Amino acid sequence: MSKLSRRKLITTGLAAAGGVAGLGVAAKLAQRYGLLPPDHGGIYGLGETLTYASQRLLTRHSLAREFPSSMISKPPFANEIEPPTDEFKRLQAGGFADWRLTVTGMVARPASFSLDQLTSYPSHTQITMLQCEEGWSYIAQWVGVPLSQVLDVVGVLPQARYVVYFSIEPDTWESIDMADALHPQTFLTYGMNGDKLPVGHGGPLRLRVPRQVGYKNVKFITHLTVTDNLKGFGKGLGGASPEFGYAWYAGI
Amino acid sequence: MSDSAYVPGTAVALPTAAPAAASGKTVPARHSALVRITHWITTLCFFALLVSGIELVISHPRFYWGETGNDLTPVLFKLPIPASRHLVPTGYGYVLPDQNGWSRYLHFQAAWVVIFTGLLYTISICFSGHLRKDLLPDKADRSWRALAKDIGGHLRFQRPSEAQAWSYNVLQRLTYLFVIFVLFPLVVWTGLAMSPAFVSAVPAAVNVLGGQQSARTLHFFVSLALVLFLVVHVVMIFLAGFWSRMRAMITGRVAATRAGTTMERI
Repeated sequence: MSKLSRRKLITTGLAAAGGVAGLGVAAKLAQRYGLLPPDHGGIYGLGETLTYASQRLLTRHSLAREFPSSMISKPPFANEIEPPTDEFKRLQAGGFADWRLTVTGMVARPASFSLDQLTSYPSHTQITMLQCEEGWSYIAQWVGVPLSQVLDVVGVLPQARYVVYFSIEPDTWESIDMADALHPQTFLTYGMNGDKLPVGHGGPLRLRVPRQVGYKNVKFITHLTVTDNLKGFGKGLGGASPEFGYAWYAGI
Repeated sequence: MSDSAYVPGTAVALPTAAPAAASGKTVPARHSALVRITHWITTLCFFALLVSGIELVISHPRFYWGETGNDLTPVLFKLPIPASRHLVPTGYGYVLPDQNGWSRYLHFQAAWVVIFTGLLYTISICFSGHLRKDLLPDKADRSWRALAKDIGGHLRFQRPSEAQAWSYNVLQRLTYLFVIFVLFPLVVWTGLAMSPAFVSAVPAAVNVLGGQQSARTLHFFVSLALVLFLVVHVVMIFLAGFWSRMRAMITGRVAATRAGTTMERI
C-alpha cells in the first residue's frame, strides 16, 4: 500500500468515525432539547427530524399570521359532514348541554369541563388560515379558550411533553408537543365567524393549531390527556394520521 | 447521434486545461468529483420531488391566486386530471388512491437533501473557479451578438466545436446560471412560503408573493420550468452523445479516439 493511499484511508476512516460520532452527539442533543419528533426513525426520519428540529428552534414562539376581518372566506369551506355516531346525535339533540371535555394524564387535578365552563373563561379570538395538506385553504375568525388556560386549570406536571387529544369520532385523535399546546394561538375553539362553531367545522369543540395543517385541527374534541410518552397510545405513533402514514409534525 | 465523426478542419486545439491525450485512452476529469457527486444526488432528489410533487398536486389539482382557495372559490386554472379526494370537482367519476402520506415525507426529505447538496455545490463552485471559468460567460461572449450567434447555432443544430466539448457554450452557461441562481432558490422559497409554521416566523416570505395560494401556484410554475430544463438537458445529452456524456458525468473521464488530435465528442 502506498503512503498516499494509506493516508487517504486513515483520513477517510477518521472522517467517517467523526461523522458517525457527530451524528450520535447531534441525536443525543436533539433528544435532550426535545428536537426529535416521534417519527424520527425509519427512512424518512432524517427529513422529519430536520424539519421538526429547525422549526422548533426557529418558530417556538412565533405567531401564525392573522388577517383583517375583510379577508374572512365567505362561505368557509367545510370538508366533512357531521359525524354519524349515535352518541354525537344524542348530544346534539340536547344542544350539547351534556358535552364534556375530560382532561387526564400528567396533571395535578384531572377534570371534566362542560361547554358552559369553557365559555366562562375569557374568550380569545384569532382570524387565521386553515390550510389543508391537500392544498386548499380558507380564513375564518375562531373564538375559543387557549388550551394553555385549560392546562393551567388542571395543573400540568413538569415532565409533560405531549398533549394527546381525541374526537368523539372513533379512531380520530392526534397529539402535539408542549410548545404547540402552550402556544397562545392553540385554541379549544367553540365559535366561528361571530357564531357558534358549526358542526360542519367541528362544533361544538375543535382544537385549532393554526401553525400546523388541517389534520392536526381535530373536530368534536371530548378528551385530552397529557403525557411524557406517546408509546402508550394506539400504535405509539402519536395520532390517527401518523398511523395512516402521515407525518406527526404538520407545521409544513 | 453518433460520436465518431471527425471532420477535418473542424477540430480546434484543445484548451490548455485539457491535457493532451497523446497515446492514453483517456484524459482526466471533465467534471470534478464534487460536481459529479452533487449532480447525481440532485438528480435523485429531483425525481423524488417530482414524483411526490405530482402525487401532492393530484389531491387538489386546482390553483388559485391570493391567500385562500378551495372548492367553493373560483380557480385561476385547474388541471384536467382526476383527483385523489372525493370532494374535489374534477368531472371524473372516480377517485385516485390517497398517496399523500409518503409523498409528503419524501418531498420534504428530498428537499432537505437537495438544499444541502445545492449549498455545497454553490459554495464550492464559487471557490473552485468552476463558476468563474466554466459558468459565467467569457468576456468575449458577454454581448447580445454572441448570444444571438449561439442561439442561431442551436436552432440550426450546429455541432459543437471541439473546444465546446471541453466547456459550455454561452446559452448553456446562462441556462445553468438561471437554474442555479434563479429557479432553484425560487422553488425553495415558494415551497417554504406554503409552510404555516415557517411563515409564522418569516411572514414576509409569503406576503411578498401575494399569499399562500399564490405561493402554491408559483411553486407549480417554477417546478414546471425545472422540468422543462430537465427535458431540454436530457435531449441535448442525447444529441451530443449519450454514453460519452454519461461517462463524463459518472467517471469524470472522456475518451480520446484519435491520438493527440481529436477526442470523442462529449
